[in-house]
Amino acid sequence: MSRASILTAITNNKPSLVDLPIIDINAVIQYDDVVAQFKAVLESIGGLAIELNNMQELESEVQAEKAKGHYIINTLPELGEVDKDLATQVVATLETVHKAYLRGAIAVAENGAVWLYEHQMVNRLSPFICQHLVLVVEKRNIVATMHQAYQHIDAGKEGFGVFIAGPSKTADIEQSLVIGAHGARSLVVYLV
Amino acid sequence: MQATTKNHAQLSEAFIADEPRTDWHDETLWFVRSKRDKAVHQVPEWELLREWASAIKNHTLSNLDNYLVDFERNANANGVVVHWASNASDHNNIVLKIMRDNQVKRVVKSKSMLTEECHLNPFLIENGIEVVDTDLGERIVQFRNEPPSHIVLPAIHLKKQDVSETFHEHLHTEKGNNDPQYLTEAARQHLRSKFIASDLAITGVNFAIAETGGFVVCTNEGNADMGAHAAKIHIACMGFEKIIPKLEHLGVFLRLLARSATGQPTTTYNSHFHRPRNGQQMHIVIVDNGRSKQLGRPEFRNSLKCIRCAACFNTCPVYRRSGGHSYHTAVAGPIGSILNPNIDMRANADLPFASTLCGSCSNVCPVKIDIHDQLWKWRQVLVAEGYVANGKKLGMKGMAFVLAYPKVYRIAGKMGRWVMRVLPFVTNNKLLNPWYKQREMPEAPKASFRDWYRKNRGGS
Ligand code: SF4
Repeated sequence: MSRASILTAITNNKPSLVDLPIIDINAVIQYDDVVAQFKAVLESIGGLAIELNNMQELESEVQAEKAKGHYIINTLPELGEVDKDLATQVVATLETVHKAYLRGAIAVAENGAVWLYEHQMVNRLSPFICQHLVLVVEKRNIVATMHQAYQHIDAGKEGFGVFIAGPSKTADIEQSLVIGAHGARSLVVYLV
Repeated sequence: MQATTKNHAQLSEAFIADEPRTDWHDETLWFVRSKRDKAVHQVPEWELLREWASAIKNHTLSNLDNYLVDFERNANANGVVVHWASNASDHNNIVLKIMRDNQVKRVVKSKSMLTEECHLNPFLIENGIEVVDTDLGERIVQFRNEPPSHIVLPAIHLKKQDVSETFHEHLHTEKGNNDPQYLTEAARQHLRSKFIASDLAITGVNFAIAETGGFVVCTNEGNADMGAHAAKIHIACMGFEKIIPKLEHLGVFLRLLARSATGQPTTTYNSHFHRPRNGQQMHIVIVDNGRSKQLGRPEFRNSLKCIRCAACFNTCPVYRRSGGHSYHTAVAGPIGSILNPNIDMRANADLPFASTLCGSCSNVCPVKIDIHDQLWKWRQVLVAEGYVANGKKLGMKGMAFVLAYPKVYRIAGKMGRWVMRVLPFVTNNKLLNPWYKQREMPEAPKASFRDWYRKNRGGS
């Protein structure tokens, strides 16, 4: 059987045990202003970060988008009615989503990434299949680097989770950057 | 990859025949290398990160059997089915069986160099399965019936006119419209219909975490996620060296990967899969295919630390000027030249010689693999085992002799400079010296660096 023969071959061929290194997070870069750093990096990778004073400002944006007749996914009760069928919605319907409003757990200053747990997406497809993505993150949940990020989240707690940094992109044709490959064509992160 | 009996030098000849294209290829990859440098300079602890990554991988290789067992146990507890494949054909049959058991006909696939290594696509197509590669670069080369030429930038050997013609033929885009934005939009529309219609998604794995049984897939386009979350069945295929011990180690590897690959601070999507969604099946296929043998070669086992960033490709003067297809294997470039002779020494004996041994690859490698040393060591092994033609053997013995005796080196250098100045046609001759094909030899300096240094700086 493959399993046994592979494991035996590894046991016979592996080098003798060496220790894991000690990862000293104090030795890595720190930023004076993580909000400014996050905003600058996100812009450099095609996204946009906007500081919000209160959620009402965003609530009126959501209502205005809905009034235009677009299919809008909203998962934040603070922003009005939330989509009840989102969890079980079929792909063909989700394909027509214009914009999705989702909450992110933390944001990372060094690379512009936002972590989303599965429960924050409600449906695993929602951050990917929408044409435009809006994330809401609390300013106090911005960390400096990925090391702190993994201290703050429990990446294995839910069935799925993702770091999203900017809109979907590709440079597969002659290295020309094109935004909007398969996923969202734009990303705005509201910092509250 | 296509069966070929031509070696790297012969295949490169075809590539460099088109000089402007070779120059473009060379400059474009060097541009990617420069972006990598810029990104690296933003991280003051870069060398420390490389040390950590290298040490984590060394540790993991030394305890790999236990970590694989942990990973399997935790994945099973998460409701994920784990399969083991000794070789490429086992792997392909496992994947096909899952499809047959579930009456699957249409499959979408995101980038996985392992499935290229196993030649999964042709196997599935022969068995009546529709396979659609969804990474833009991979879709382009799939339409053209070509293998990828680079592990991160699969269509880097093509110009936008080529893509335009291919899309005109297969997707009926406007003839002569070469706009990358327009062409990408056409692929987006085409592939969205495939995501919706497919029953099963295959993805690769960038990192598999022993302590949680989960795995991480990194893309910029979002194609792995579109496929995996839309399909009823998700199969993730991985070489067993993708294991890392803990989640926190992702902090180290994800900081290194995209910066080394393309100079981005991170890939757009770093997706962490732990459990299938409600009603979904999730499978992981763990593949050996020669890896355990490589683990048993002390000089070469380090190559199993590779995280497939392709920094060594982008920096390599030979890769940049010869193109990925000249390596005639799924993984090209410097690291491919170490991995492939392990799988088939005879077929890939030419590859360790496709290098200047300049060491640039080892300098950029985020997990500190001694790539150029290993290339040099493979040359010795291949000569000893009789896989190298006589001409090269003589050259190697000559070189080893010259390098071993500093005095001979100095005299040989003096002679060489004299020959190049006085009798340039000897070294200049394309028939006598194959290095001369498509190359201009620099004018020989009157004095060697050593002579110059002695005269101008004094001492010896
Ligand atoms: S050998 Fe190093 S530089 Fe080359 S692809 Fe692997 S990790 Fe990257």
